[in-house]
Amino acid sequence: MQEKDYLKDIKEIKKIMNKSTRFLSLSGLSGILAGIYALIGAFLAYRTIKNYFYIGKYDSINPNSIELKLLLIAFFVATLSIATAYFLTKKKANKEGQTLWNTTVKRLLLHFSIPLIAGGFLSLELLNMGFFGLIAPITLIFYGLALLNASNFTLSNIKYLGIAEIILGLIAVNYIGYGLYFWAIGFGVFHIIYGSIVYLNERKS
Amino acid sequence: MSLIQNINKVFDHRIRLGIMSALMVNESVDFNTLKELLAVTDGNLASHIKALEKANYITITKQFIGKKTNTKYRVSETGKKAFIKHVDALEKIINHKKR
Repeated sequence: MQEKDYLKDIKEIKKIMNKSTRFLSLSGLSGILAGIYALIGAFLAYRTIKNYFYIGKYDSINPNSIELKLLLIAFFVATLSIATAYFLTKKKANKEGQTLWNTTVKRLLLHFSIPLIAGGFLSLELLNMGFFGLIAPITLIFYGLALLNASNFTLSNIKYLGIAEIILGLIAVNYIGYGLYFWAIGFGVFHIIYGSIVYLNERKS
Repeated sequence: MSLIQNINKVFDHRIRLGIMSALMVNESVDFNTLKELLAVTDGNLASHIKALEKANYITITKQFIGKKTNTKYRVSETGKKAFIKHVDALEKIINHKKR
């Protein structure tokens, strides 16, 4: 009788320590969906580039239109992913009796966004200087660093996703020109795999 | 018998245990965060905080953000030691009974 109470106390201590430092309501489904959006985006980008170079739908009036198209695709994929993550995570947090805008979320976003913003600015600089080939490796590496940094403030297994993205980015440096494929793997396939793991864990508990 | 004696009576309550757990792993925690974390009412939380304060286990700082007061709680050195001792005692009892 007594013994059970004490075990419950220890479990309660662990639960509160976790809950007060980590935001654990990340939705696995939103990871899967983000991965699918990324794969669709990569496919559309691939088609755009193929049309441009091989089929010769070269738009002589506006030669910049391909860059614009690619940027638009990237923008839509990012916006859709963030919106999906926001709504599904909010839903999950509400179900668990947590508000979305609390200390743990703020801490998580802060630590996640610092490497991400640094990587974003670096990418813009590289674009300006014409180093297009380095954009994919750099974005993957910095995204991985952001995830690694965030892993202390959310589901701790997200660090494995971060490490995987970093390694993929470092490999991608050796294959300049194939950035789109690495993006599809890093932002598409990896998200689907990690999202599925989180999703399965959610259903187990 | 000696196993039970290190159990701290002040911590022998779910909410007090919860408050201490949150303060141990955070620099400071404010009232509303504690309330949400432990899913308790204002009055209930306040009375348990008072008990911990009385034992000198936590310290309280009040700040003004605009016109609103923001009360933050921190664990004191005494509180830290007492809590660690309590958790050690809990673990020892559990391990002892397992055998």
